Amino acid sequence: MIDAKRRILLKGSLGAGAIGVAVSAGLLMPRAVLAAWPEAAFKAEDQATALKDLLGSDAVEASDKVTIKAPDIAENGAVVPVTVESDVEGAKSISIIASGNNTPLIASFDLGENAMPFVSTRIKMAKTADVVAVVQTADGLLSAAKPVKVTIGGCGG
Amino acid sequence: MASNIKIRAKVSNGVTTVKSLMSHEMETGLRKDKETGDAIPAHFIQEVTCKWKDQVVMTALWSGGVSKNPYLSFKFNGGEAGDPIEITWVDNKGETETGSAEIS
Repeated sequence: MIDAKRRILLKGSLGAGAIGVAVSAGLLMPRAVLAAWPEAAFKAEDQATALKDLLGSDAVEASDKVTIKAPDIAENGAVVPVTVESDVEGAKSISIIASGNNTPLIASFDLGENAMPFVSTRIKMAKTADVVAVVQTADGLLSAAKPVKVTIGGCGG
Repeated sequence: MASNIKIRAKVSNGVTTVKSLMSHEMETGLRKDKETGDAIPAHFIQEVTCKWKDQVVMTALWSGGVSKNPYLSFKFNGGEAGDPIEITWVDNKGETETGSAEIS
């Protein structure tokens, strides 16, 4: 009898503990982290505004030190594989822009100390347009563009 | 606890390549429900933090423009077999998930 009650008590306290962990992990941490998310840049409707909000400048210089790999024709705009690579020294961040989308800025990758200027992901494209990669360096913004023909749009239905 | 983030990390010639696959619907908030015409609320990953041991190698900031069930690959200098790699994402609803793997 006593044993059974102890079990119940144990279960009860374990349950409360789990909720405590969920609250601290699910609510407190993200709020602190999300403060850094550049909402204005991601909501900007043109490339220049997005870049100004994100990187403080829209003065991009086309460079052959930045390479984009993306398909010539994307059959499905919802999944377009994009790889950006650069051999420039001291790259700070890589941003990916789909210039035909309502909100062109797709993603921005902040590179840590050891990171190489390489990133590969899959993006959504609303229509045929250029995919633009912008690499932020100490000397300014370097970019490259690659046109991708989209046969079925990835936004809207 | 089983994680929904799949991670593969491999070191070769002093450079570690990490490939990861996350499980997330990545709703932009711009799509409409075909039957009711109501907008489907946005629900997408906003930030992904990639760690090697205790060092942050890369922080990715995302919009809803990243495809559903996102794929992410990156490279960094250093890393040895057995070192831990940890990837954490946080979405716009404050949900979060962490996955980890060892470099092989």
